[in-house]
Amino acid sequence: MRDKDSNKTKVTDKIAKTVTKVAKQTATATQKAASGTKNTIKSVVNGAKKPIYLDYSASTPVDKAVLDEMIPYFCENFGNANSMHSFGQTGGVALENSRKQVAQLFGVGSNEIYFTSGGTESDNWAIKGIMGARKDRTKLITSSVEHAAIMSSAEQVAKSGKEVVYLPVDEDGLVLPEYLQNAIDDNTALVSVMLANNEVGTIQPVAKLAEIAHKHGAYFHTDAVQAVGSMRVYPRELGVDLMSASGHKIYGPKGIGMLYVKNGVKIDRFMIGGHQERSMRGGTTNVPVVVGFAKALEIALRDLDKNTKQIAELRDMLVDGIMSQVPYVHYNGHKTLRLPQNASFSFDYIEGEAILMLLDLKGIACSSGSACSSGSLSPSHVLLAMNKPIEQAHGSLRFSLGKHTTKQDIEYTIQSVVDTCKELRKISPLFLDMGSNGTEI
Amino acid sequence: MYNQKVIDEFRNPQNAHEMPDADCVGEVGGPECGDIMRVYLKIKDGVVTDASFLTFGCASAIATSSVATRLVKGKTIAEALKVTNKQVVQELGELPAQKYHCSVLAEEAIKDAIDNYYKQHPELKQ
Repeated sequence: MRDKDSNKTKVTDKIAKTVTKVAKQTATATQKAASGTKNTIKSVVNGAKKPIYLDYSASTPVDKAVLDEMIPYFCENFGNANSMHSFGQTGGVALENSRKQVAQLFGVGSNEIYFTSGGTESDNWAIKGIMGARKDRTKLITSSVEHAAIMSSAEQVAKSGKEVVYLPVDEDGLVLPEYLQNAIDDNTALVSVMLANNEVGTIQPVAKLAEIAHKHGAYFHTDAVQAVGSMRVYPRELGVDLMSASGHKIYGPKGIGMLYVKNGVKIDRFMIGGHQERSMRGGTTNVPVVVGFAKALEIALRDLDKNTKQIAELRDMLVDGIMSQVPYVHYNGHKTLRLPQNASFSFDYIEGEAILMLLDLKGIACSSGSACSSGSLSPSHVLLAMNKPIEQAHGSLRFSLGKHTTKQDIEYTIQSVVDTCKELRKISPLFLDMGSNGTEI
Repeated sequence: MYNQKVIDEFRNPQNAHEMPDADCVGEVGGPECGDIMRVYLKIKDGVVTDASFLTFGCASAIATSSVATRLVKGKTIAEALKVTNKQVVQELGELPAQKYHCSVLAEEAIKDAIDNYYKQHPELKQ
């Protein structure tokens, strides 16, 4: 057994070395290609020793330990997890072990976990799968601050002739239980409210909302994509019937997510094909990313207390720095019911995409809810739902910290935000009209 | 998303300042759209002798304002009126499709300024 294991390690090492070699070759090729243009990281970064990544809510880097766990399932244990032979069975065992591990970490049964291609697929499946399966009820209730995956799925439900209600939020982005109480009736098939908001970090009172849904015989789904890895999430304690999660938000790979479906909940199949995922989701299982997801979740929950404490401290430092040193700025979202990594601001008189681009040139990566950066005509639907003036939505900026964020990163970021706001306000007609001549910008 | 020319123009915009002694001012857009361009022109003997801008907006709004003010400097009013958004885009090499409206705003801001100039000096309108 020991020999077999050590042999396995050697093979894994060899693959890892090959992967590293290929990665190095690719990097050199990219470097060569980039040197032709001026657009190398080096030339765009002013001042920061290395680019500072403050967009962890968009995606996270894969942990080395996660990658190590995945690598054997690309070239060595590549079999189709559904095949009967030993190649397939190795993958099948890894798949089911991962499912058991994920289920255990969430405190649920492994037959309640379905792997998907990501948070978006899980959300699509939850909404359409339940609305399709419940023939007796035709109403869907969701909130006005959901992720695009829920919003678009809800629109499709509405197009099919069913009733969709979008619950309002208060100015902190909270869906108050009374809002649901007022909207729900005995025709409601499903209520879907996210556990934590991706733009402003507000944590919703999901347990209370699920209780109200159940009183009226409706199912409750929560999109926990942003929450998992940043807070303790147990579907049974929350009392939800369905829950979406994603791998790449927790230092795992992209292309993997899951949907928790409580035993007994009737849901339509989403992806039709073979008998994978207990015939509920066809398609050859992507074993390496499933294995990576389980490992990432294990690490995220093992280190959760330590990481969230450190991240929240740095986030508070960033918020204090910006709020005290930049005039005409608003801090968006709830002060305490909030994800530890999230800091969302609106800067008056300047536009979010311009701030984002200028910060990027200074070596800082973040995101904005402005129309320009979203690629749509209107700015952040989340900030508008929170009743923020449209100008504040245009001037919004989100920083999301992660476990690799350092105190130096935050110090440099505060200074860069101060400078960037000054630079952009200097050429802003709105700022000039505000009559701020002589005041500190 | 942006090419290097747009980035450079955004990073180091030219003519980005108020002009208290301008002969005319043009302004297009609104805060609710996320874009406001204000163009200041100095005009002497029918020639645009100086141009500057203040812009609230995204990186390409700032870059196109910078290019447009540069393009009209030294031109006669008739020539300045012929500066199109296509020329602004050409100067920048290219703009992402969803940013074309920024170049349109830049053209309109120039035209609005000249319009206002003629309103003050109707006798000069040919």
